[in-house]
Amino acid sequence: MKISKILLAAFITSAVSFIGCKPKDSTVQKNITEKFAATPECAGATATVNDGVATLTGEVKDDMCKSTTETTAKDVKGVKSVVNNLTVTPPAAPAAATASPENAMSQGVTDATKDFPTVTATVNNGEITLTGSIKRSDLTKLMQSLNTLHPSKINNQLTIK
Amino acid sequence: MSALQDKYKQLIDAANTSGASNLQVSEQGNVLHIDGEVPDGATKDKLWDIYNKIDPDYRTGDLALNVNVAAGAGTKAKVTTDSTNLNIRKGPGTDQPVVAKAAHNEIVTLLSKPNDQWWLIKTDSGVEGYAYAQYLSPQ
Repeated sequence: MKISKILLAAFITSAVSFIGCKPKDSTVQKNITEKFAATPECAGATATVNDGVATLTGEVKDDMCKSTTETTAKDVKGVKSVVNNLTVTPPAAPAAATASPENAMSQGVTDATKDFPTVTATVNNGEITLTGSIKRSDLTKLMQSLNTLHPSKINNQLTIK
Repeated sequence: MSALQDKYKQLIDAANTSGASNLQVSEQGNVLHIDGEVPDGATKDKLWDIYNKIDPDYRTGDLALNVNVAAGAGTKAKVTTDSTNLNIRKGPGTDQPVVAKAAHNEIVTLLSKPNDQWWLIKTDSGVEGYAYAQYLSPQ
């Protein structure tokens, strides 16, 4: 009786410590996201982790980024395998074909957001919509820059940190 | 006075008394547009401070404030990046090749303003090219 109790206790202890050794999916996902944030030149990838399988989605600028992002995710502790569903941004159309006012504004918006990689801006009918995140100290700078493009409206949906 | 002009009255009044030139206040599709040229960067910052106080973090999207510092050809401008060098490019756009860099706090000469976003400048070492106007403060 006593021995079986001790054995049971030992079994529970080992079972608990075994579960404890395996990083939780949410922790692994957080660690991958942090690794991605450290390589802003390959921004655009998002990882979701399920039972140690990391699925990558989003759009990155080139094939190089697609493969380095996969390697980055593989190297994170707790990742068993990686499903790489990343897409690569198609190359920009030649400048000659993009001379409309809408495209001129898009180019201007690209220029204005270049120094703020966490900001995504889209142009539609002369309206600029901002999503993503920005530091409060950078917000005025960005807004000043965008206002020089004469937008009809700016929809600021940024998360401010 | 419209509701929008009423909301931004303090800003319009400040712009009117700031010494701004070519000041235009208009409304298009429920957005108030204020355009003009102000004498210096401090005035521009002051107007943006008032805007941010009336509409914190510029959330409403009912104002387009485009006030820029008046500066003609030949004006000296200081490179006011946070700390880094400023790219000088072959053409007006970040897709254009970088031909040189101007150092933080370097003084350059304004040659022309093709638009409010990109200015054609010349460095003291004689390099000409386009730089992002946001990082240039006319002296």
